[in-house]
Amino acid sequence: MNKCKSIRERLSGNEAVANAMRQINPDVVAAFPITPSTEIPQYFSTFVNNGTVDTEFVPVESEHSAMSACVGASSAGGRVMTATSANGLSLMWEIIYIASSLRLPIVMACVNRAVSGPLNIHNDHSDSMGVRDSGWIQLYSETNQEAYDNMIMANRIAEHVDVHLPLMVCYDGFITSHSIENIELIDDESVKAFVGDYHPEHFLLNRDEPIAMGPLDVQPYLFEHKFQQGYAMKKAKDVILEVSKEFEEMTGRKYGLFEEYKMEDAEMAIVVLNSTAGTAKYTIDRLREKGMKVGLVKPRVYRPFPVYEIANALKNCKAIAVLDKADSLNGAGGPLYTDVTSAMYTSNITSPKVVNYIYGIGGRDVRSTDIEKVYNDLRYIIDTGDMGTPYRYLGLKG
Amino acid sequence: MAYNLKEAIQKQNRMTSGHRMCAGCGAPVVVNAVLRALKEEDHAVIGAATGCLEVSSFMYPYTAWRDSFIHNAFENAGATMSGVEAAYKAMKKKGKIPEDKHTKFITFGGDGGTYDIGIQSLSGAMERWHDMVYVCYDNGAYMNTGIQRSSATPRFADTTTSPAGKVVPGKQQKRKDLTEVMAGHHLPYIAQTAAVGNFSDITTKAEKAIYTEGPCFMNVLAPCPRGWGYNTEDLMQINKLAVETCYWPLYEIIDGRYVVNYKPKNKLPVEDFLKPQKRFKHLFKEGNEWMIEELQKEVDERWERLLALEKMTNK
Repeated sequence: MNKCKSIRERLSGNEAVANAMRQINPDVVAAFPITPSTEIPQYFSTFVNNGTVDTEFVPVESEHSAMSACVGASSAGGRVMTATSANGLSLMWEIIYIASSLRLPIVMACVNRAVSGPLNIHNDHSDSMGVRDSGWIQLYSETNQEAYDNMIMANRIAEHVDVHLPLMVCYDGFITSHSIENIELIDDESVKAFVGDYHPEHFLLNRDEPIAMGPLDVQPYLFEHKFQQGYAMKKAKDVILEVSKEFEEMTGRKYGLFEEYKMEDAEMAIVVLNSTAGTAKYTIDRLREKGMKVGLVKPRVYRPFPVYEIANALKNCKAIAVLDKADSLNGAGGPLYTDVTSAMYTSNITSPKVVNYIYGIGGRDVRSTDIEKVYNDLRYIIDTGDMGTPYRYLGLKG
Repeated sequence: MAYNLKEAIQKQNRMTSGHRMCAGCGAPVVVNAVLRALKEEDHAVIGAATGCLEVSSFMYPYTAWRDSFIHNAFENAGATMSGVEAAYKAMKKKGKIPEDKHTKFITFGGDGGTYDIGIQSLSGAMERWHDMVYVCYDNGAYMNTGIQRSSATPRFADTTTSPAGKVVPGKQQKRKDLTEVMAGHHLPYIAQTAAVGNFSDITTKAEKAIYTEGPCFMNVLAPCPRGWGYNTEDLMQINKLAVETCYWPLYEIIDGRYVVNYKPKNKLPVEDFLKPQKRFKHLFKEGNEWMIEELQKEVDERWERLLALEKMTNK
């Protein structure tokens, strides 16, 4: 792959993602306004009305209809994208499952925000975590750059013949979506060449081969169809790595299933998604100066969950804190914690002590001092052997 | 072209036989009468909301649909087809599908999926002006789940969630007038019809709806032998009585102009429509005459209003 031209810009996360969508030039975008993802359909409808793209923009009357129209458009044979947040994703919930079961490679920007109630427009991960088992691939993004890069790779992964699953690119509302950062965009031609055209094998608009989508699928068949969905999700892991490798050849930017930061000799590790990883890296650098062996694992690919790879990355740690920006309210721990501990147990890695912190709910600020406290807690666990309560809260008042 | 039944029935049905709809059901009759209006050379994408029609016509791995077909969920048939139509426009523009060939977009939904849970999705799709036809096959209750009341259920009808009890005699509320709700969307073409006589009314209206550019809506009566309690062989008779009593007037709204297509010379009492149906059995018990009177009043008021609208919009 030829190296692309790199264009230095300063953009917000939403602007960067909308620009990725402009470069991809999908057939249909159907979306409904909801903070903090609203800017995406705003920017995109400007591209449409200025003739920068030749997409059909469908300004639906609800998120339920957004996902319904996406299912229709994708079944028809179009390349289809959308964006939403929080309650918008909750309203889509029913159709989220239908989209994945029909094996439609719809790409969505999920700008993470707390799901009501009570109403809160700020960032946490309760929205995308609510659909973590819906059969969508989920990629998480620390920065504007990562959100943009994930978006450029999204169609290639979702549309791959071994996958054919919808995909959401998740990034933090306001923190990432509205903050302006330096970013390197890829030139339009290189994006076009990288993403390529979409030619589905079967589609409604093929008049030479009419097909029927969305059957009544009863006892003799549904089980096998669900198995196939699960199988495709497993296969997605290799496809993500392949596409990421090609992307690296084009841009020089390397992406895997997760990022490891100073993990080589780490005794203590934090596992955290999205923008908080930046705060964690900053803190790690400072604690390393004091001689603390601290590191970070930042999952990029949360669905499919990289079970053995993550377990392997954490196996040499003595104590691990998994930070969840969504509480499962199940009396047991957050979703990332449950997945990480299960992955370690499944991989027969049982010596590290693993605790869970619920943090940042409803946009509660997470400071480097909070991260430092977590590493100090891990230090205490190692020194005393006392794990205390594994299901904890970080930054909770009172 | 003038409608001719002999010619019309020569066309191959777009929905094949072998589907699992009940004997005496109005819905498949409606579907084929509507789809006969398609030009043979035109491809169609047919949509359906979850309901009797969908579960009976597309049970994996069999489909009764000769055209492309999509079912998504219960409440989103309008939005789903709007997406299909949007993709068609985009793909045509980009040269991904042939420029000189046509695909038409027709969605069917029952009254549950249309009057009730799907009304937002329908309203949105129509307002956004997608080039599609939405056909409501109205059987006046949630038949697929076992005859529960909907907003299309007529007053006093006995359903499983508005049973004719000792204290409450069936559904207490009036039927929603969806055709009039759609009139408020100012669509290029709206029709209310039923499969009566030689099918001229329904198929001619379907042709106008399918070949009028923009969003068009058809509300079609589709009796249900299970829910209404009539003999299966009486389907066409029930349709006829609905029209002859003016319970279900046949009319069109063409760019806002009302045309009442059939004005019975001898308007039959609504009783004649109610009597053959078990769901209205309790109306014929002694002391319940007032219910029939109330229904007659409702039918008369709506009919007079419709005639007035026709007059007003044809000045």
